[in-house]
Amino acid sequence: MPDTLLFAMEATLNGLTAGVMYALVALGFVLIFKASGIFNFAQGVMALFAALTLVGFQSGQIPFSHLINAMFGTRLHHFGWNMPTLLAIPATVLVMILLAVLVERFILKHLVNQEPIILFMATIGLAYFLEGVGDIMWGAEVKALDVGLPKGMSGAVDDVTFAWFGYGFYIDRLEIWAAGIAALLVAALTVFSQYTKQGRALRAVADDHQAALSVGISLRFIWVLTWSIAGIVALVAGIMWGSKSGVQFSLSLIALKALPVLILGGFTSIPGAIIGGLIIGVGEKLFDFFMSPIIGGATENWFAYMLALVFLLFRPQGLFGERIIERV
Amino acid sequence: MKMTRLAATFAATMIATGPALAETLHFPSLSYRTGPFAAGGIPFADGYSDYLTLINERDGGIGGVPIRQTECETAYNTERGVECYQSIRGDNPLVLQPLSTGITYQLIPRTMEDGIPMHTMGYGRTSAVNGEVFNWTFNYPANYWDGASVIINYLLDENDGSLEGKKIALLYHNSAYGREPIPTLTRLSERHGYELLTIGVDSPGQEQGSQWLQIRRERPDYVVMWGWGVMNPTAIQEAANIRFPMENFIGVWWSGSQQDVRPVGAGAHGYKALAMHGTGMDYPIYEDMQRYVIDAGKYAGTGDEVGTVLYSRGMYAAMLAVEAAKKAQEIHGVAAITPAMMRDGMANLEITEELMAELGLPNFGPAFSVSCQNHGGSGAAMIQQWDANAGEWNLITDWIEPDRELIMEMAMEDSLAFAAENNMTPACLN
Repeated sequence: MPDTLLFAMEATLNGLTAGVMYALVALGFVLIFKASGIFNFAQGVMALFAALTLVGFQSGQIPFSHLINAMFGTRLHHFGWNMPTLLAIPATVLVMILLAVLVERFILKHLVNQEPIILFMATIGLAYFLEGVGDIMWGAEVKALDVGLPKGMSGAVDDVTFAWFGYGFYIDRLEIWAAGIAALLVAALTVFSQYTKQGRALRAVADDHQAALSVGISLRFIWVLTWSIAGIVALVAGIMWGSKSGVQFSLSLIALKALPVLILGGFTSIPGAIIGGLIIGVGEKLFDFFMSPIIGGATENWFAYMLALVFLLFRPQGLFGERIIERV
Repeated sequence: MKMTRLAATFAATMIATGPALAETLHFPSLSYRTGPFAAGGIPFADGYSDYLTLINERDGGIGGVPIRQTECETAYNTERGVECYQSIRGDNPLVLQPLSTGITYQLIPRTMEDGIPMHTMGYGRTSAVNGEVFNWTFNYPANYWDGASVIINYLLDENDGSLEGKKIALLYHNSAYGREPIPTLTRLSERHGYELLTIGVDSPGQEQGSQWLQIRRERPDYVVMWGWGVMNPTAIQEAANIRFPMENFIGVWWSGSQQDVRPVGAGAHGYKALAMHGTGMDYPIYEDMQRYVIDAGKYAGTGDEVGTVLYSRGMYAAMLAVEAAKKAQEIHGVAAITPAMMRDGMANLEITEELMAELGLPNFGPAFSVSCQNHGGSGAAMIQQWDANAGEWNLITDWIEPDRELIMEMAMEDSLAFAAENNMTPACLN
């Protein structure tokens, strides 16, 4: 088999796993948009905030210690204990649920029936607020995140592909795990929305707010539920991306990776987020593989948007999005 | 009547505060404590501020005139950096430290026009080394091209003086900063016979899958990195993932701090980086720093960055600024110096080993002197290596000199082109 074909196959495989990482971020956007029509600009910052909180719990860091020290002249930093990961993750989930309650109580409740653009602007404000709170609460330094997920080259994939093709493919074990976790997450979300009372209520609200309200579904509860689930998805994305390159401000910028995925897959489709992620992942890796020698690399950021733009021209609602028809 | 009284009070206040402001030495800091690069900006800003605080607390300022510090947040954003400049340019800033190559490029023509000196230590426009063109910009003790040349000289030492047939990959931040070493490495490849492979990474650099697949395919002997922010730990993690020999992976001085290696854990063991100064707290100055700044609770930020690589760099930048101010006072015979006098101090700065020892920083930085023609210092740097087990950087070489002849030749070409574009006649300022 020619080397170029082998290398292209390796790039495709890596594109698929990278695509799953993008899809993890896109899922949070889809959940909130589907249930409330809000494009949540803060989703990336929620991933950062969740990851910061998790590391803070794991390392026993005292929240707001810098602020407390500055105000009272103390030297507080750590509680003096480390929280096991299995406890720290549920504790972080609770914080994300609390955040969802606060978002509903202090922002969404006051913006019922407002235009989508107003709600979008509110999430921009929320993003900057959360970013600042995260900084003050846990500090701006880079933090290592280790929840015990394996990292590095998969020896099994290397051995198998070497036996088949005489060239061992590289694939990061963390990304294989991410693919598995994303599959579980999608399965859990599907089961929740199809087979639970709350899930059905959520779908009802997504279909028609007014009709859902008329049958006694609490819009406020559904919003808290949706934002809580999006917070948990943000935590998963934060763990995966934070394990790759540490927890720091740039983690919030992974949201930029989700936008082309959403344009491609549609803002209202969970399978769309996954398929969109895979198409973007494979597309950018193959484009980089073939074009980098000619145009010098660094193509990943803009190529994803260009691909999304081409899709947008032919299918504005995305691959799986609902077609927008407004009657006059 | 009421307005007249108010105006009189205002005038009296201005008269009372005016001389007080004039009798301080204004050292602004264009810092970034927020944004994607905050993790690198915070320790630098803390080190810069703590050293100036130490000079105020211990020595009562410079030549008896207290230092006034101001800080303006740029978030490593060029537009915001320019806004910061506009807000402080009328407040007698003695020296600007933009800490960003993008901001530096924007400020070079402005500072030339306004007569404000700028110090871009280890970053910025490399050809500013030609002081006859860039009268107001200084980039001592080393610049990017020095750094690239020092790495090649180190690799020559490692390979018995020959890099013939070797392949070196440059993994660079796809920005003005990251592209700076390409001309030098290209010219040096022609001289030493190695193959140069350039691989760009888009900012911020969290996703480098394609780049490291390419490195795995191309199998370079060495990877040189020009990264910043999250690009650094991501690259080191990816290198560990593909089992690239870490001792053959060398970063520039902006890719060699604790923030870059700690998130990777044991995988970063053996990674190397340039060091333009020493690091750690094994220097006598830290006794004073502890006594006058830390224990007194007068430290900047949270006080937990003291002694780290980027804190040390900020402290070093402040030390060089203070020494230039002393030189300016000496030249002009006045304590309350102006930005123009500060420029003269910078252009005549001389750092000796004895002076470094006297300041409590023996062998912390290289000995060098600045002149009207050469604003770049010695260009020497050391190589440091990360020990993940001990959690510390260890210096593994002495000062390595760059190929200054080639660098000055390239700097002259670039700076004279700049002068021609701007209708300038290169000359020293009197």
